[in-house]
Amino acid sequence: MWIRLERRPEASHLMSYASPAIAIVLMLIGGLLLFAFLGKNPIEGFKVFFIYPLSDLYGVSELLLKATPLMLVAVGLAVGFRANVWNIGAEGQLIVGGIAASAVALYFQESEGAHVLILMVIAGCIGGMLWAAIPAFLKTRFNTNEILVSLMLVYVAQFLVSWLVHGPMMDPDGFNFPQSAMFEDSALLPLLTEDTRLNLAFVLALGALIVGYVFMFRSFAGFQMQVAGYAKNAARYAGFSARRMIWIGMLSGGAMAGLAGMAEVSGPMGQITEHVSNNYGFAAIIVAFVARLNPVGIFFASLLMALLYLGGEQAQQYMNLPSSISNVFQGMLLLFLLGSDVFINYRLRWKKEVAV
Amino acid sequence: MESSILSSILFATIVAGTPLIIVALGQLIAEKSGVLNLGAEGMMSMGAIAGFAITFETGSVWLGVLGGMAAGALMSYLFAVVVLTLMGNQVATGLALSILGVGLSAFIGKPYEAEILPTVGTVRIPLLADIPIIGDPLFNQQILVYFSWALFGAIFWFLYRSRPGLVLRAVGESPSSAHSIGYPVIRIRYMATIFGGAMAGIGGAFLSLFYTPLWVEGMVAGRGWIAIALVVFATWRPFRVIVGAYLFGGVMVAQLFVQGSGLEINIPSQFLSALPYLATIIVLVIISRDQNTVRLNAPVSLGQPYRPDA
Amino acid sequence: MTSETDDSQESRLELRGITKIYPSVVANDDVTLSVKRGEIHAVLGENGAGKSTLMKMIYGVTKPDAGEMKWEGEVVNVENPAHARSLGIGMVFQHFSLFETLNVVENVALGLPGNPDLNQLAEQIAEVSNRYGLPVDPLRLVHALSVGERQRVEIVRCLLQNPKLLIMDEPTSVLTPQAVRKLFDTLRQLADEGCSILYISHKLDEIQELCHVATVLRDGKVTGDCIPSEETPKSMASLMIGKELPVPEHNAPVELGEVRLQLNRLSQKSDDPFGTELQDIELEVRSGEILGIAGVSGNGQQELLYALSGEKPLADADAIVICGQPSGRDMPDLRRRNGMGFVPEERLGRGAVPRMSLTENALLTAHYKDMLKNGMIQFDKIAEFARQCIDGFNVKCGGEEHAANSLSGGNLQKFIMGREILLAPKLLVVAQPTWGVDVGAAAFIRQQLIDLRNEGTAILVISEELEELFEVSDRIAVIAEGRLSPVKQLADTNIDEIGVWMSGMWDQPASVEVSANA
Repeated sequence: MWIRLERRPEASHLMSYASPAIAIVLMLIGGLLLFAFLGKNPIEGFKVFFIYPLSDLYGVSELLLKATPLMLVAVGLAVGFRANVWNIGAEGQLIVGGIAASAVALYFQESEGAHVLILMVIAGCIGGMLWAAIPAFLKTRFNTNEILVSLMLVYVAQFLVSWLVHGPMMDPDGFNFPQSAMFEDSALLPLLTEDTRLNLAFVLALGALIVGYVFMFRSFAGFQMQVAGYAKNAARYAGFSARRMIWIGMLSGGAMAGLAGMAEVSGPMGQITEHVSNNYGFAAIIVAFVARLNPVGIFFASLLMALLYLGGEQAQQYMNLPSSISNVFQGMLLLFLLGSDVFINYRLRWKKEVAV
Repeated sequence: MESSILSSILFATIVAGTPLIIVALGQLIAEKSGVLNLGAEGMMSMGAIAGFAITFETGSVWLGVLGGMAAGALMSYLFAVVVLTLMGNQVATGLALSILGVGLSAFIGKPYEAEILPTVGTVRIPLLADIPIIGDPLFNQQILVYFSWALFGAIFWFLYRSRPGLVLRAVGESPSSAHSIGYPVIRIRYMATIFGGAMAGIGGAFLSLFYTPLWVEGMVAGRGWIAIALVVFATWRPFRVIVGAYLFGGVMVAQLFVQGSGLEINIPSQFLSALPYLATIIVLVIISRDQNTVRLNAPVSLGQPYRPDA
Repeated sequence: MTSETDDSQESRLELRGITKIYPSVVANDDVTLSVKRGEIHAVLGENGAGKSTLMKMIYGVTKPDAGEMKWEGEVVNVENPAHARSLGIGMVFQHFSLFETLNVVENVALGLPGNPDLNQLAEQIAEVSNRYGLPVDPLRLVHALSVGERQRVEIVRCLLQNPKLLIMDEPTSVLTPQAVRKLFDTLRQLADEGCSILYISHKLDEIQELCHVATVLRDGKVTGDCIPSEETPKSMASLMIGKELPVPEHNAPVELGEVRLQLNRLSQKSDDPFGTELQDIELEVRSGEILGIAGVSGNGQQELLYALSGEKPLADADAIVICGQPSGRDMPDLRRRNGMGFVPEERLGRGAVPRMSLTENALLTAHYKDMLKNGMIQFDKIAEFARQCIDGFNVKCGGEEHAANSLSGGNLQKFIMGREILLAPKLLVVAQPTWGVDVGAAAFIRQQLIDLRNEGTAILVISEELEELFEVSDRIAVIAEGRLSPVKQLADTNIDEIGVWMSGMWDQPASVEVSANA
């Protein structure tokens, strides 16, 4: 007797929601095995990873803080992913957005008032869009693979920020540390509650999710992008412009990543350093997929991913494990998800012996 | 003096190009079967750390190379299960593999970060190595450099002179036709994918065992992606992979030489470091402008899932 | 083959109770069939009757769920195509199993066991192709071959293994009438040498002309065996579809109105390296007529349709004039606004998005008919429109919320036709209107086209089925190698002439006449 996959007559809606849950369970099992393999107590590991970070209100606020850039980037990317526009360079776009916003903050060091923050938001978005415009232009003009170009630009962005904080943006009074001066209060996002680091960017992220939802499921442009993602030839048959979709997909990802970069430098960091991003640009790709490219899902998947980040920090602190363990969990989660997605269109059957 | 600089540049170029050749040729075979594995970066990272750790623990470089190969193969097997058996999206799964591989290697590699391995000596080929200028860089080289040349020869022969190679190309061109005349498409794709992973593992091990030789988180530094770009640049032809890899090797080395030469060039080092990545973008643009060549040479079913109906 | 001692009347292949069940359909249900040595045996049935599935099981591509297969008296379980070939079974697929970027020899080698020497193989190919009148150049790349040549490669590949049974799956759908006759000569020669042939078709006249025996399938079941030469097309049709073949009513020509589509020296290089270049295509379609374009597949139909629809716009705006509007450079949606409707050949993935609901698929082309408000979709309006398509065109489906890929080919085609027709086009371009559609739906669709023409719409039909074009067209032309023949009134021509034209030879008879006059 063998198990085999058999095509379902119609795709299963139930499975398309159940599959992320299956993936999460598999990831947890994988994690427990990993802890056991490392000679750590799996139950203890589970607690450190998934329970401790949420044990108090501050922990929850940190979770929301970490989830903020993930929500922003993921919703921007999802717009493009729905049309098979593969912008995987959000990490770079986030950095450039952070750079642009920092430039504004440093330029207006002396100035008070809301215009600084508003300009920083605009600059962040434009910075990210500019970085995303490069692969978009090359794709529409020369049909150059946007995956590779956007990814290469991540490295370039990292060198760019490294140069800036070693040079033009370095804090003159900073003892040659590669970082900018701390921003003035007018360039910092207002906190939502005292005693936490959670700031206005979280509200912006929620807003972005709502706008994203309306765009994807109510607007005709969103419909066009979904058509292109499901069936490229049908989009062409209908006369939907592929170029326009590439531009929309790339720029929305770039703008949101840039905004996330702004939120980082203007929020928890309060300055710009070489480490603008904590791998959010890549983690957001996982968020987008786990969320089925749906803004409601992105909200929850971002929380989960943020929890993995916090868990990694806790594991480093209490279990003496490298924090890169969060990346391991993230990678496992996406891989398991992609694997269990097979059950949306297929089901398991026991293979019958052929009657001879 | 002049000639010694020239030959050391040449030497370094070849060394820098070698991992790209090995990885790109492996991916070329996978892609010829129709499988696009964007996980090269992750597989190389795993190959690098596995190679380093095993060599560090056992003292044997060769066990390290084998271990790197096994790690890469294992990663690609994981990819193959998701993509070939479970029909996952190849682009997304490749990304996941990259993220997982980079993360897992950093995780495993933490204890090894401060360690250094002894440098592996070169292997000198008598007589040939005595040729002025080019003799030393070409024939007094790391053994994996010779391996990369042998790999090129073997792959060229395999693809264009052997029947299994013909079958492989046929599977990548039209899996449904290959299936209907009776070839096991999925099994062939499994083998090609795992071969690609094994080569990526060796490429990674080359970095941590021969090139640096040490382990640092993120040391693969995009080489896996560059190797994938290289296959496109080479329009899926093995010889062009070699040319392209040395071109990139040259760019990587040039920046090191400029930085190390003490020449008073007023360019920030970060700009020079970004050169290989910018060069990748430029060659991709150049090659994709010529869509006909790409389309004539790209495996038709590249990236398309295929499942025979029972 | 003549030295065999066994009785030539003994069965070469016997199938008993073959059953194959797919998740959504029983493809074969208790099929029993027997083929004798040297017999040309037809398997007749309409699209979806289970013919191809049955053949794939004989050839080992798929396995039956139940039943028994006997080969030369012995029970066999065909493991895979290589096994089938080693038994002496060869198959020519309807959709060829060839590799475009490989040359003919390599393609043939892939279908042979072992590791044949390619040079020797090239000689063998030349020899076999001579003997059976199947000329092919062994060293050419397959993508450079015409469809007819590709079929020859497939046949030669089978013949090189001296098959005892040759399966031909709908072999004539891609051939000109003249090429069909040549193919029949080859098949008869093979049968005379003792080779059995299983001939899959839904074309009654061909089966009558060629086959000794016929087994008829309907909905996966055998509905009867017959000797075609003793039957009439009517009696075979009723076995095949359970009733008589419906014939659409073609009223007398209506009065022609204004020119709705005009092509002026339309030329375009294909950007597909395997494509066909369009050269100086000129035609006019008027209100109230159906113009049919015949041709063997791969002669520029795809390219012409892409140019007409706007999916590949031209550089020259004046090359295509739609309802008086130069449209060559317009995108498809703009052409639609100017009054053109278009039904493409591929239904799933081009005419409709497989995973989307019928409502969303209606929106695909109907969006400009007041379905949007400030860029937002008005879902109630579009669902109402989808329901009109479903009700007005007899689309059998679970409702407008069901996905397009849950519909049968015929029903999806009716839905797409309905959508394009309800948008009230002044000009309708249709590709392969009834390809892969069951007989009932085909008749319905043809009738819809004729009704639409009677209401004054200009219609252009591009089809590879000559019979269909002769059924619906008022005027007809042929496309061959990217050039268009002169357009003829249907009454002034016949299938034979159009058949000759399909190989691109409309200039020759004319030039003969000229020289005779001179």
